[in-house]
Amino acid sequence: MTVTRAAVDPLSVLDRPNSYIGKTVPRPNLDRLLQGRGQYVSDLELPRMAHVVFLRSPYAHAKIVAINADIAKRMPGVISVVTGRELEAVITPWVGVLSHLKGLKSAPQYAIAIDRVCWQGEAVAAIVATNRAAAEDAMEKVAVDYEELEAVTDMRTALDPSTPVIHPSLGDNLAFERIHSAGDVDHAFSESDAVVEADFVFGRHTGVTLEPRAVVADWNAAEARLTIYQGTQAPHMVQNIAALHLGLKDAQVRVVCNDVGGSFGIKVHIYADEMATYALSKLLRRPVKFVADRIESFNTDIHARDHRCKGRVGVRQDGTITAFEIDDLTGIGPYSMYPRTSAIEANQVVNLVGGPYITQNYRARARVVFQNKNVMCQYRAVGHPIACSVTEGLVDLAAAKIGMDPVEIRRRNLIADNAYPCASPSGMKFEQLSHHASLAKLLQMMRYDALRTEQAALRKRNIHRGIGIASFIEVTNPSAAFYGVGGAKISSQDGVAVRMDAQGSVICQTSITEQGQGSESLTAQIVGSVLGVSMERVRVILGDTDNTPYGGGTWASRGAGIGGEAALQAAKILRSNIVDVAAAILQSNPAALDIVDNHVVNTSDGVPRIELNELARIVYFRPDTLPPGIQPELMATRHFVPRQYPFAFTNGVQASWLEVDTDTGFVKLLKHWVVEDCGTIINPQLVDEQIRGGVVQGLGAALFEKCIYDERGQLINANMADYLVPMSGEMPDIEVAHVVSPTLESELGAKGAGEAGTAGAAAAVANAVNDALRPFGATITEIPLTPQVILTALGRI
Amino acid sequence: MTAPVPVSLLVNGDPVEAIVLPRLNLADFLRDNLKLTGTHVGCEHGVCGACTVRVNGEIVRSCLILAVQAQGSSVETIEGLSDSGEIADLQAAFRERNALQCGYCTPGMLITAQDLLKHTSAPDRGAIRDHLSGNYCRCTGYQAIVDAVEATARARAERST
Amino acid sequence: MKAAAFAYARATSVANALELLAAHGDRAKVLSGGQSLMPAMNLRLVSPDIVVDIGGLHELGGFTLKKDILVIGALTRHVDLLRSGEVAVHAPLLRDAVAHVAHPAIRNRGTLGGSLAHADPASELPACAVTLDATIVVRSAGGERRIAAGEFFRGIYETALSSEELLVAVELPVAGEGSTFFFQEFARRHGDYAIAGLAARSVVKSGTFADLQLGFFAVGDRPLLAVAARRLINVSITPVTVAEAVAALTDELDPQEDQLASAAMRRHLAGVLLRRCVATLLSRPELDVGVAE
Repeated sequence: MTVTRAAVDPLSVLDRPNSYIGKTVPRPNLDRLLQGRGQYVSDLELPRMAHVVFLRSPYAHAKIVAINADIAKRMPGVISVVTGRELEAVITPWVGVLSHLKGLKSAPQYAIAIDRVCWQGEAVAAIVATNRAAAEDAMEKVAVDYEELEAVTDMRTALDPSTPVIHPSLGDNLAFERIHSAGDVDHAFSESDAVVEADFVFGRHTGVTLEPRAVVADWNAAEARLTIYQGTQAPHMVQNIAALHLGLKDAQVRVVCNDVGGSFGIKVHIYADEMATYALSKLLRRPVKFVADRIESFNTDIHARDHRCKGRVGVRQDGTITAFEIDDLTGIGPYSMYPRTSAIEANQVVNLVGGPYITQNYRARARVVFQNKNVMCQYRAVGHPIACSVTEGLVDLAAAKIGMDPVEIRRRNLIADNAYPCASPSGMKFEQLSHHASLAKLLQMMRYDALRTEQAALRKRNIHRGIGIASFIEVTNPSAAFYGVGGAKISSQDGVAVRMDAQGSVICQTSITEQGQGSESLTAQIVGSVLGVSMERVRVILGDTDNTPYGGGTWASRGAGIGGEAALQAAKILRSNIVDVAAAILQSNPAALDIVDNHVVNTSDGVPRIELNELARIVYFRPDTLPPGIQPELMATRHFVPRQYPFAFTNGVQASWLEVDTDTGFVKLLKHWVVEDCGTIINPQLVDEQIRGGVVQGLGAALFEKCIYDERGQLINANMADYLVPMSGEMPDIEVAHVVSPTLESELGAKGAGEAGTAGAAAAVANAVNDALRPFGATITEIPLTPQVILTALGRI
Repeated sequence: MTAPVPVSLLVNGDPVEAIVLPRLNLADFLRDNLKLTGTHVGCEHGVCGACTVRVNGEIVRSCLILAVQAQGSSVETIEGLSDSGEIADLQAAFRERNALQCGYCTPGMLITAQDLLKHTSAPDRGAIRDHLSGNYCRCTGYQAIVDAVEATARARAERST
Repeated sequence: MKAAAFAYARATSVANALELLAAHGDRAKVLSGGQSLMPAMNLRLVSPDIVVDIGGLHELGGFTLKKDILVIGALTRHVDLLRSGEVAVHAPLLRDAVAHVAHPAIRNRGTLGGSLAHADPASELPACAVTLDATIVVRSAGGERRIAAGEFFRGIYETALSSEELLVAVELPVAGEGSTFFFQEFARRHGDYAIAGLAARSVVKSGTFADLQLGFFAVGDRPLLAVAARRLINVSITPVTVAEAVAALTDELDPQEDQLASAAMRRHLAGVLLRRCVATLLSRPELDVGVAE
């Protein structure tokens, strides 16, 4: 690992004896999951619990003329059939806009459609029964009379005057537009030796969490309190939104989030069917469970990407990139998603394009349009794969145009590692990045020159392999700049409370959540290290609004950087409090004492003075023996939010090595490399696995995944046999290495790592495919790179 | 005729007698009737592998078998394989290698991996990837899983020599 | 996603199964391995009134060698085909094909008879049956019929089987002395249904094909025994003859278009398969080099 800066303070809390920071330790509590004894929402059963299924529109756009549920209501096991009109009395509609995304508009969305459906899969009625099968039986008997309306499906024509306006009250189908200009792009292009342009096309993807979205809502009429068990990334956000729309106080809503079967951004939104489930529980005064089945997941889990982005780059013969320009278009479905909005991805594309490079000449337009397809919103690495694919695709095209090696053009244009702090032409502030150190490390790791030699030799034998490189920047640790400033009640700060129990163990409550990334582990590692307590003694509680401090949760690579810092600061206070008590008990000076390995020890010689178990015994059971005036506080709470930088940018570079069968268009991934700089690494194994998992999601996007709609707005591959996710057989081994540039905004220095893999993988693959196809003169700027796409580009079909 | 029918089988070695609707699949029977929720349901159309269990020693998709088809069979789930200690080393290797994140695919993945290790003593990485190719994991990128299975195969081979 | 209600009958014998099928006709579905029927029922694409479970009928399992015919019971599971010594010796093409069928957990349940009766045009075993000139043995209350594989497959999920008949066995001429086989398919991922596939049998004598059967699948509504193969029999094989055969094959095919591939792409891939097959069977890799179209 390369460290670009000296550690902040060699005697910092991170460097204590027996520190877990920077060490690979197995995640606590894994045995629960390994033995099939986790507690996912889909496993949950409550007394009198009913099951809801949603009758969903078969049309992309239609008027609901009439709904007749008379037969369904009399079916065995049926408790109730509820329409949108009936549910409206319990829950209010919402509009997914944020004030800092100027001009963003959307229409009111209801928990269940009233009068009109706007995408295939929108719920038109809820059928509540004693079990799911009975509810599905009854669903078949609900008669809905639709009048089909013209569907707006093609984003390219959504703004045409001849295209119907989905929400007439909004005036047009334009949800959001952002125009940005920096430097002098026209001048820069005119001074270039070459200007290269391409249309980049990105398929619609979705998250395909293995556990579908699941919620159990339990309204206790006597307590006037709603408990929501939900696999969510942001429990406090769910609490706030549910309360708001059900006319309750936050205190009347508790959100519990136990084990979650995958999220990736899919479970950070508020879905209409989830809102309906909360409302149904209140209406029917009993627990109601909703678990999306796989078909519903495809039709209603948010989709993402689906951009068409025209890109231009100017380059001089010496390799200097003079300017970037993009014109991005994306279709988001009929509503801007709530509460994060569906303008963020396009906005992010504008923010990130050209980000790794020096040039300050940059012009961008992004348009976000409505269409009658499933809603789109934030999914892992929001906007990053698009920005990275466009930028890195353009850089490779520029390099090819002037006959320069793709590595060399990057060397000449990446922002120098000693040029920070600085800002991108889109206004992004960079504290410290390490593009050159990362690239150097990558080339060494992949043996770049040897690989080029091998590639050339194989080409002579009609074997076509390609090398693709993609540098990237990654948004992590978002401050309030992401959502809060726009009026969303989405917390950007996190809180951690740590306390010592009566046997000297530690209980730690944190507002970040766990979906498998290792939030529990990193929290325990930090708390254990700072306190001098072994990890087995640290129990982490998360995912419960009744029992954790208020905070944002886990999304946008914020858990370690923000929640981790809060844990560090809380543990520091607790440590200080413990040492104060110990000093009183031992008639010593706090400065002369430390905590190491579960004992209070002498700072000078490390001799143990008192076990924490004994200290806790005295504090809790024999406070009478403490000196007068001592009131031990063996609990401490701290919150943290980044303030100086809106985002802690990280950076990295990826490389792909693959083979294209030019007869069949099939791509075989041979190897993938990543160098990433996420600042302080708390647990190397967890970071590497975040990156590998992220890469594979990016590889899925690059080669396989696409939600395919027909011209009537029907999603025609809404099942796992036809929507192709990456499986083990096709995925390569992925080598990961690091450069470490800690952020100085926190004592911990950690930045995020969750988006990195996904950010650059597709760009690396696309560049590698184009590299492989160079002898054929074919260039492809579309993903997924299916055999059909490749054979077409090769002119074989 | 769609009336419930009796079924008797062994589940993790314990005799089970139940009256079930014919349409009830084995995954739902294990989860809903027996509360063995370690068998996960991911797609209900046989693609994701999360519901993999063993019937008479062979791995199967429990969403693609009716509970009534398991009449007279011996069914083993992740809970049974955990309690018997049969896959303790494999589970330890998964823990050590962080070969799981959300854990939802893990029971099916472990049972499928154990199936490979039973039939093949020294599978290479390609064979491991091939055998696991019907088990979807969205979190890990698979490499850690392949590593853990490979390490377990090696350790078992060393122990048996 | 739960199956609609149905009645369940566990057949106690083939005769009993046939009685049930005779009584319920097309309102009944035969449950064999269930690896295609169960997903369809879970998705409510199929909602039979009654499911006739033949899974317990041991009389439908196993391998019998009768002179030069290998008889394979309909309930023989994919995994048994993969492990069987008889199949390895007498029908190695089947073994090669089965390795491409789905995944281990599916192969442990899926049956030969179920696969043939389901007649998915993209599936492997129907193509093998056609290539190997198999005979499909079906029985009804009225007696037994023996149908040539080439006549058995009628379209997408369509066969010569009536709703009162049960597929009971498959008869395969054993691989003769000198027979060689080729199986390849192009699928997006391990175990996926093919975009295009080829199951081939040949007899090569002195570097030429004395016989060649090319059973293509996933390039039409049923497995297709390519007439184009005849152009390669008893002629000296050159890049030109191969190209002519590919052109003839391209004319012969009428592939479907779907989300995986256009018709043109399927035609193209079938040609690639033909070339690779010929190159492999003749051990002449140069025949598969330089796609010039």
